[in-house]
Amino acid sequence: MVNVLVCIKRVPDSAGEVMLTDDEMTVDARYVGYTVSPHEECAVELAIGVAKATDGEATVLTLGGEESLEQVRDALAVGCSAAVRIDADADRFGPADVAAAVADVVRQQEAGGTGYDLVLLGNDAADTGDFQVGVRLAYALGRPVVTGISTVEVSGATVTARGDGPAGTEVFEVDLPAVVTVLEGGVSPRYPSIPGRMKAKRAPVETVAPAKEPAGGGRLRLKLPPAQPSQVEILGQGADAAPAVVDLLQQLGVVSR
Amino acid sequence: MIVVLVETEESGASVVSQEALTFVRTIPGAEVHAVVVGAADATLRAQLAEQGVTAIHCLVGDSFTAYAAAAWAAALVEVVSTASATAVVAAGTPRGNEILAHVATRLDVAMAANVIAVDAVDPLVVSRQVVGGSALEEMRLGDTVAVFTVAGHAVDPAPAPSPTQPEVVQAEPAVSADDLRARVVRTEERESADTGSLTSARVVVGAGRGVGGADGFDDLVELTELLGGALGVSRVVTSLGWRPHHEQVGQTGSRVAPDVYIPCGISGAIQHWAGCQSAKTILAINTDAEAPMVTKAHYAVVGDLHEVVPAINAELRKRLG
Repeated sequence: MVNVLVCIKRVPDSAGEVMLTDDEMTVDARYVGYTVSPHEECAVELAIGVAKATDGEATVLTLGGEESLEQVRDALAVGCSAAVRIDADADRFGPADVAAAVADVVRQQEAGGTGYDLVLLGNDAADTGDFQVGVRLAYALGRPVVTGISTVEVSGATVTARGDGPAGTEVFEVDLPAVVTVLEGGVSPRYPSIPGRMKAKRAPVETVAPAKEPAGGGRLRLKLPPAQPSQVEILGQGADAAPAVVDLLQQLGVVSR
Repeated sequence: MIVVLVETEESGASVVSQEALTFVRTIPGAEVHAVVVGAADATLRAQLAEQGVTAIHCLVGDSFTAYAAAAWAAALVEVVSTASATAVVAAGTPRGNEILAHVATRLDVAMAANVIAVDAVDPLVVSRQVVGGSALEEMRLGDTVAVFTVAGHAVDPAPAPSPTQPEVVQAEPAVSADDLRARVVRTEERESADTGSLTSARVVVGAGRGVGGADGFDDLVELTELLGGALGVSRVVTSLGWRPHHEQVGQTGSRVAPDVYIPCGISGAIQHWAGCQSAKTILAINTDAEAPMVTKAHYAVVGDLHEVVPAINAELRKRLG
């Protein structure tokens, strides 16, 4: 029986244009909506898979305001069986703050009799792109950590994790308890069923307060890269443009012979 | 003094590591030491000399024969403390970001991932890519040791004004058993080698929702073959199961930097732009002249890819004889 904790973050959907708030301290997502990153969708899927295969439980955790319950309920709807929300303004938390807050929850739950053998996170948050919360969490808990993982399998007290390396698929075999960060691509996240959604709506979500005031992530401000005025040269319309396209490709030196 | 973790491949220092070495020279007055895993052969020594490196620390010993991020980080921290370094830098690769996350945690300092510019030196302020590169964060790195990774293509690799004769130091640091708990036990062959060619191809043909279905890729594959390039697809295409994930270009897929990128039927969502913005020339094929991919491209053809691409293929075949 393996209990898995999977950490997710509510982030602006990256399908739309990025706009900033007036104080330039965060992304204004009013018009694009919110989601979780594809890495975390895959982490949720892996968590549910491990829990099912071992008769354990998958618990979803987030750090955020009440609005982040939307993403927590999405994870409950696809098969997580418990949920914890650290009630805080995620924008004020730097990566070290988040790792410390999550480590506190893991220790508290362990003291209360619920140990998490495996903690899964996304490899990097889609908004802040810090690439470090999983590693910091592992050190805080004194556990081994592997990052950028596509699939996990648990057998006994060992997790086998596979991820893409420079020379092929790298395989790690790590003793539990462990921390693993997930990259999109190893599994297809499932869609919630209607009964799943109904159940998730009523499922309890434990709310905890962070133990410490955050130090922040050193952000001074956000800025948008200077808007490039469009300089596109239209080579033509439809099939008639083909000769102009091939002329260009030859000029650029990518047509051999 | 700045310590740079240099990743190596068969041809010596990786291009992104050379970029990182060039980048750190924007910090005035910095002496640069390189840390490599394994021995430094003549090619690598010459490359690092050209980059103005004054010392090369080679990590050798059983702890470094298979990849273990914590072990590499422990060794870097040892170099940092014996040399009293003020900064630790790596390329913003999966390895670079992972190892420096360990280093920053061990040193109990902040880490900035994917930096593209140094805005101020004292205290150090950097600009780094967030939201997949569509926004920048100005971040203060006020700690005693600044830890950051350099985003790919933040600068072009360039030789230092005056080359050096780096001293080569063999280091065999003791690594604790804890730091070897997460270690590569074996490397398996990839199911397909396409991802590798995707990131190194001179031409990438992109395919998006506009393809219409899993059976609509024949012309695009032919164009790819005629140009000796690689096929890259948008996230929609892999989510719908039309093509395998390893072909995905974007924030959560591969980041490509070909000479020519030809996105066909791709609207250009931020998620995708994050993976292709480093292409030197972008030639978009799209029915919508207002699509972000078209307005951000250098060249475009407005039209249905299923009419345009076969015509290009025919023209290419004609000229190639």
